[in-house]
Amino acid sequence: MERPFAITLEVGSSLANHTGAWRTERPVYADKLPPCNDACPAGENVQRWLYEAEDGHYERAWRELMRDNPFPAIMGRVCYHPCQTACNRGKLDEAVGINAVERFLGDEAIRQGWTVPVTAAPTGKRVLVVGAGPSGLAAAYHLRLAGHEVTVRDAGRRPGGMMRYGIPAYRLGRDVLDAEIDRILAMGVTFEPETPVTDAAAALADFDAVFLAIGAQLSRRTDIPAGDSARILDALGVLRGVAEDEPPLLGRRVVVYGGGNTAMDVARTARRLGATDAVVVYRRTRQRMPAQPFEVTEAEEEGVRMHWLTTITAAGNGTVTVEKMRLDETGFPQPTGEFEELPADSMVLAIGQDVDRSIVDGLAGVRVDSGVVQVGADMMTGVPGVFAGGDMVPSERTVTTAVGHGKRAARYIDAWLRGRPYQSPARPPRAAFERLNTWYYSDAPATVRPRLDAARRTSTFDEVVGGLDEDTALFEARRCLSCGNCFECDNCYGVCPDNAVIKLGPGRRYAIDLEYCKGCGICVTECPAGAIDLVPEEP
Amino acid sequence: MTPTRVKFYQTGSFAVGNRLLPADLRAVQSDPTRTNSLTSGHRACQGCGEALAARYVLDAAMRASKGRLVTVNATGCLEVFSTPYPETSWRVPWLHSLFGNAPAVASGVAAALKAQSRTDIRVLGQGGDGGTVDIGFGALSGMFERGDDVLYVCYDNQGYMNTGVQRSGATPPAARTSTTQAVGPEPGNVFGQGKSAPLIAMAHEIPYVATATIADLRDLEYKVERAMALHGARYLHVLVPCPLGWGSTAGQTVAIARLATQSGIFPVFEAEDGVLTASTPIRRHVPVEEYLRLQARFRHLFEPERRADVIDRIQAAADHNIERFHLLSGEG
Ligand SMILES: Cc1cc2nc3c(=O)[nH]c(=O)nc-3n(C[C@H](O)[C@H](O)[C@H](O)COP(=O)(O)OP(=O)(O)OC[C@H]3O[C@@H](n4cnc5c(N)ncnc54)[C@H](O)[C@@H]3O)c2cc1C
Ligand SMILES: Cc1ncc(C[n+]2csc(CCOP(=O)(O)OP(=O)(O)O)c2C)c(N)n1
Ligand code: SF4
Ligand code: SF4
Ligand SMILES: [Mg+2]
Repeated sequence: MERPFAITLEVGSSLANHTGAWRTERPVYADKLPPCNDACPAGENVQRWLYEAEDGHYERAWRELMRDNPFPAIMGRVCYHPCQTACNRGKLDEAVGINAVERFLGDEAIRQGWTVPVTAAPTGKRVLVVGAGPSGLAAAYHLRLAGHEVTVRDAGRRPGGMMRYGIPAYRLGRDVLDAEIDRILAMGVTFEPETPVTDAAAALADFDAVFLAIGAQLSRRTDIPAGDSARILDALGVLRGVAEDEPPLLGRRVVVYGGGNTAMDVARTARRLGATDAVVVYRRTRQRMPAQPFEVTEAEEEGVRMHWLTTITAAGNGTVTVEKMRLDETGFPQPTGEFEELPADSMVLAIGQDVDRSIVDGLAGVRVDSGVVQVGADMMTGVPGVFAGGDMVPSERTVTTAVGHGKRAARYIDAWLRGRPYQSPARPPRAAFERLNTWYYSDAPATVRPRLDAARRTSTFDEVVGGLDEDTALFEARRCLSCGNCFECDNCYGVCPDNAVIKLGPGRRYAIDLEYCKGCGICVTECPAGAIDLVPEEP
Repeated sequence: MTPTRVKFYQTGSFAVGNRLLPADLRAVQSDPTRTNSLTSGHRACQGCGEALAARYVLDAAMRASKGRLVTVNATGCLEVFSTPYPETSWRVPWLHSLFGNAPAVASGVAAALKAQSRTDIRVLGQGGDGGTVDIGFGALSGMFERGDDVLYVCYDNQGYMNTGVQRSGATPPAARTSTTQAVGPEPGNVFGQGKSAPLIAMAHEIPYVATATIADLRDLEYKVERAMALHGARYLHVLVPCPLGWGSTAGQTVAIARLATQSGIFPVFEAEDGVLTASTPIRRHVPVEEYLRLQARFRHLFEPERRADVIDRIQAAADHNIERFHLLSGEG
């Protein structure tokens, strides 16, 4: 070969030297389970849809979300977001406002009219869903997507269950509720209103499978001595009346008995119906209240007064008698013998709901325990082909849990109808906070959702909590740390002293060039998301 | 002046890339077509900070010079691990002569190019701290005072690593090297000796002097770019942890460099014409102990018992840097 002047040697490249042979450990990309995903009762892949939202691909984000949950706009309003409680960013500054972004995506979908097409081949199988609450509707949605024919029967006039007849409009606007339910019905789901199903066994004759999701709709009573003229109502009745535009007469002074979310909603509703004085009486302390802290705060902002550690002992004409309680050593409330009279034009009981089990009376194989219908991990009752979910089975009794049950039931019903077992996807190891390299994340305080003025809140049923505008939603999505999942920051590609990380291009992530990787592990340490593991080489 | 910091895009400009940023706001290192000036197959130890820094610097210089660059290398790890006969890892024009004369050779290359009117071709000299701060220092000072058109880069791993970790004028006090053993009442390298090459470079009032580390890529790339935009003698001093000489875990190389900056023991700053113009503020301040603990060369400060007296002296040095270079004065 002709060489340039003064060049006597052939130039060889060090690429001939395969330093990968030095390696005793190798970096491996892993997709771990972020705590948000792990905590979501509907099994959403939160990290993944945030990832899509982060670069403004809202529709892709929404579709990713819709794989697991057909109600993003509803979730963004009523879900108690355990994802945020679990969020790793909470250990850094404040949790990502997952729920607010979810609401933005849901609202955006409604604005844009996005729909989910049914592309699966029709199976010819017919499934009856009993109850058009969140659980039944979610099951119907997933079953439709799987190609089955779905009929939803509900006792009520309109679909939605407690989302319509329980949760007040000031927390969940009815236009939003209608839009997300209509989208499911428009997928070819047959909805039969005012068609109570009283005998699940009989229904099984006409359908290939049945999903029961009738909720817990019976208001619990308690025996408080009451005078003839005492006006005592139950919370669900009050809320249903308001939802049906036939608000009951509560008077100016309303006493609500109970400490759950229903109690808060009734008290806040009473204020909106004109009660000047709405008092919540609860026998335990604020800390022990089953209601969410934000609900208590919002109620207080609206002028609802709280009587903790108090029970109602009698209801009379225009008053209720309450007794102060005190906590004993075990933290249990004990009567003190100190009584007080509270003025009350009406008293509303919000002390829990029970399941109407008569629907399964004809099914000998169904086991009822602690007042709820028992199901297996596959959501099937003791009777083959009869599944159940939501508030009527052991549950957290939230909309999101109900939706999660609906999804899970649909997956198993689908498998059952096809005569094959359902394999739920393997759970990857959890993405621990300790594995994140938080140095690489920008400092970014959480955003706050706009709220309606407290003064205006007591005069209207308008939504109290507003949504984020696009800029803010985008900012919030970008606060996500992408725990345990590569988000293509190029750090591994950059920090390898041996050029042994191959960049595969947008959306394709990276690969390790094992010919040259010495296994130093810098990429593992410097990956912000902790998405690379160092694993020993096989000897 | 500091590099443009992107306000908020998830990882902002802390990470190498960031898919949310337009390509021109990402690091040179995120570019799939980067030069890879020092390519795979080199024989540097696992996790070598010097190998990493050399690619960072040269890829940025290659971009800044549009590929018209000649490199002159002093003897040392960087030279030895990259060019064992008959192989080379360099994908840039590269010259090696001796341990102590890299600045002089670089000056010569610049002079030759000038004589040929090839001023479009830029010259970059590079070497370890031994080659720069000690044996090559006369040549370097000459290069500075003559104002030769060379960017000289020192990869400071605080010792003569290639020959078995001997002390250099850049070795920090208390560090154990093969020539400063951890024995006696004042174990390791002595206090009160050694020198700061960047400050001496500043005293030459050359157009540009800067320090950097491999822990802040955007800052390092910005400084190379800035230096390449200027002419005359320029000096860049880059801290590069050495897993072998420092006794640290290979995977911690970048993390240790970061702790060096966040403790204040290695101040990151910039100076033009002898005047300090900017310093990179500490973002997450840590005591020096967090930095020292990860390195076996300081193990005698923690075992068999904790040498609070010595650690305090090192902490005092860090605190002094913080004050002198305004490292904790808010946004920089
Ligand atoms: C006031 C109130 C506020 C709440 N707020 C929240 C909140 O903010 N966030 C949250 O996550 N959860 C909240 N919950 C809980 C949540 O609403 C329920 O957990 C959830 O709705 C349960 O869903 P489901 O589908 O199991 O049952 P449901 O929503 O109760 O729906 C059951 C449906 O079945 C129908 N049905 C009943 N019997 C029959 C029958 N025999 N034949 C045909 N149809 C029948 C009913 O008409 C109803 O439509 C609240 C509950 C209440 C009461
Ligand atoms: C004149 C001369 N003396 C000694 C040596 C041996 N030698 C080669 S490299 C080296 C040390 C290099 O140290 P440094 O410049 O800090 O680079 P490092 O290897 O630490 O990167 C020594 C002493 C030599 N090559 N020439
Ligand atoms: S930071 Fe993102 S991925 Fe991590 S838990 Fe929070 S929302 Fe999930
Ligand atoms: S001895 Fe240090 S500087 Fe030399 S190749 Fe090894 S790690 Fe790099
Ligand atoms: Mg050295």
